[in-house]
Amino acid sequence: MKMLACLKEPRGRIATAVAVAAMLAACPLHAQTSLTGAGATFPYPMYSKWFNQYHKAHPDVEINYQSIGSGGGIRQVTEGTVDFGASDGPMNDKQIAEFKQKRGCDILHFPTVLGADVPTYNVPGISADLNFTPEALAGIFLGRITKWNDPEIQKANPSVKLPNNDLIVVHRSEASGTTYVWVDYLSKVSPEWKQKVGVGTAVNWPVGLGGKGNEGVSGQIKQTPYSIGYVELVYAIQNHLQYGQVRNQSGSFVKAGLASVTAAAAGAAENMPDDFRVSITNAPGRAAYPIASFTWLLIPSKIQDATKRKALVDFLRWMLTSGQNDTAALSYAQLPKQVVAKEQKAILKIQ
Amino acid sequence: MSTTATLDQGVAPPGGRVVSFRRRLRAGDEVAYLITLIAAGTIFLITALVFYEVFSQSALSRHKFGWSFLITSVWDPVAGTFGALPFIYGTVVTSILGLLVAVPEGIGSAIFLSEMAPPRLSNACTFLIELLAAVPSVIYGLLGIFILVPILERHVVPPLKSAFGWLPIFQGPFYGVSLFSAGIVLSIMIVPFIVSVSREVLLAVPRDQREASLALGASQWQTTWRVVVPNASSGIVGSIFLALARALGETMAVTMVIGNTPQIKASLLAPGDSIASVIANQFTEATGDLYLSALIELGLVLFGVTFVLNGLARILIIATSRKGAHS
Repeated sequence: MKMLACLKEPRGRIATAVAVAAMLAACPLHAQTSLTGAGATFPYPMYSKWFNQYHKAHPDVEINYQSIGSGGGIRQVTEGTVDFGASDGPMNDKQIAEFKQKRGCDILHFPTVLGADVPTYNVPGISADLNFTPEALAGIFLGRITKWNDPEIQKANPSVKLPNNDLIVVHRSEASGTTYVWVDYLSKVSPEWKQKVGVGTAVNWPVGLGGKGNEGVSGQIKQTPYSIGYVELVYAIQNHLQYGQVRNQSGSFVKAGLASVTAAAAGAAENMPDDFRVSITNAPGRAAYPIASFTWLLIPSKIQDATKRKALVDFLRWMLTSGQNDTAALSYAQLPKQVVAKEQKAILKIQ
Repeated sequence: MSTTATLDQGVAPPGGRVVSFRRRLRAGDEVAYLITLIAAGTIFLITALVFYEVFSQSALSRHKFGWSFLITSVWDPVAGTFGALPFIYGTVVTSILGLLVAVPEGIGSAIFLSEMAPPRLSNACTFLIELLAAVPSVIYGLLGIFILVPILERHVVPPLKSAFGWLPIFQGPFYGVSLFSAGIVLSIMIVPFIVSVSREVLLAVPRDQREASLALGASQWQTTWRVVVPNASSGIVGSIFLALARALGETMAVTMVIGNTPQIKASLLAPGDSIASVIANQFTEATGDLYLSALIELGLVLFGVTFVLNGLARILIIATSRKGAHS
C-alpha cells in the first residue's frame, strides 16, 4: 500500500510540470548569437521555417522558438527569460505597464503574418458554401438562433433549402488566439455579445461543446450532423474543409482566402496606430474578409547585448522582405505593403 | 570511510556501537537503509513541495473567492469570475463511472487469469493487458472520439435510453461527447491497472491455503471467492486506489471526449468538464494573475478531491470488510 501511494499519478504529473517549468526558466541567456523566443502556437510552422531558413543564410545566428502559447510568450518576455515573445493578441495596457515596470523599457509589437477564422459546418445534403451574416453568427453563438432554417440564415442563402434541425455549436475548449479573433469579431458586430460574453482567449460560452484544438473542433463537426464551429483558415485550407462566406462591412459576402485576408489588413492599415496594437476584425474594404487578425512578435525596445540586438534587427528586416515571400507556401496570408513600410520604420526604435 | 566518521559523531556512540555500525555497513544493511530512506524521503519532499507551491501560488484566488470557489458554477475568464463546482462534479462523476465499470471487469478478469485460465493463456493475456497500460492517453482519447463515441451513439445509448430513459441520468440529447463517454474511456484506461496488480496478488496467495480449502470439501469457486480473494483483498484494494488516482488525474483522453462544457446536468449524456482537463486547456494561454491563480487553485482542489475520494473509498472498504469478517 505504501508503494501504491507513491505511484499516484496526479502528484507525479504536477511534479513533472514543475520540473519542466524550471527547465524553461533556465533557458540559455547569454549564448553569443543565439536568440530565444517563446509564444504563440498559431504562427509556429511559419516561424520555424523562417528561423531555419535564416539560420541557413546566416550560420552565425541561431533562433530558438518554443511554441508555448501566447499567454506564456507574454509572461516570459516580461520576466526576461526570453529575448522576444510572440502573441496572437496584442498586449493590453496593464501588461505593457507591468513590462515597463519590470524591464525599464517599452515593448514593441511587430506584425509578422495574418491569420483568419472561418465558420465550418456539417449540414447533411448541403454541398454549397453557405453565406453568413454577422447577425446570424452572433445569434448562433449566443444561442438565440437554434434552427438551421432560421430566417436570419435562410435569407442570406436564398438558393439553398435549409433543414429544420437543431444547430449544435462547437467551439475551442482551450484558451487560444483563434478564439480571441472569433469573439473579438462577434463583439464588434453584436452589442449583445460584447455585453454578455466579451473578448478573451477563453470565454464563458453561452452554448456549445468544446473541442480541443482545430482538429478537435473539426473532428467534432465531422461527426455531428447539423453542427457549426470555427477553425483557423490555415487549418481549413490544409485539410480541405468546407467553410462559409461571411458578409463584411461593405455588404459583400467574402470567402476567406490569402488575398481577402491581406485585403483586410490593407483596409485597416490607414488607421493603424504606431504601436501596431490593432484589431483588424470587421475591417473596411469591399474585398476584406472580416474575421482576420495579425500575429505579433514582441520585442523589447532596449536590448543590452549588441550582437543580439543586431541579429534580431537583421532578422526583422529579412522577415519583412524575403521572409514574406515564403508565407503562401504554408497558407499564411502575407502583410500588405503599407504595413511592411510602417514596420521598417518601427525597427529603428530598437536600441 | 569519512562518511562513517561523521555519522558516528552524529550519534556520539560508545565503541561497541561503532563496531556494530561498521559491520552493518560492510554487510550492506546501513547502505541499503540510507538509500531507501533517501528514496522515500524524496517522494515525501516532492509531494510537500508541490502542495506548497500550489497552495502559495493560488493565494490571490483563494483570498478573492474564499470557500465560494468550491460552490460557484461560473467560469468566466473575461469577467474574472471563477468557480470550480462544474469541474469538481465532472471529475468525480467520470472517475466514479470509470470505477463502476472497471472494478468488476478488472477483478473478474484477474480472478479468471490467476485461478481458472491455463497458465499459458494467462501469461499471454497478462502481456496484452500490460501493453494496454503503456498506451499513451492521447491515443485513448483519439480512439474514444473516432471509434468509441460513434459506437456509443449508434449501439449503446439508444437501447440505454429506451430501457432507462425514465431515469434522469439518461435523459436529454446525446452529442457523442459527454460525461458518459469520458467515464467509459476512463474505465478502459484503468482496467489494466486493476487486472495487472490484482492478478499478481492473487497469484501470491500461498498454495497451502487453496489446498486446505479444497481438502475441506470446498468447490473451486468457493475456494477462490472465500479464501483466495479475501487473502488478496488488500492488494486488490490497492489496485483500485491506483486506478482511481489515474482516473482523477487523467487529462488528455478526458478532454477529448468530455465536451469541455462547464455545466452541471443530471444527465450523464450531457457534456461536462473536468479539473485536469480545464487546467490543461487554459493554462498555456492564461493571461492575468487572477486567472492563473484560479487555475492553480483548481490544482489544489484536485489534491483535495483525490484526498477525499481516497479517504471515502478506504472507509467504504473497511466497513464492508468488517461486515465480511462477522458473517
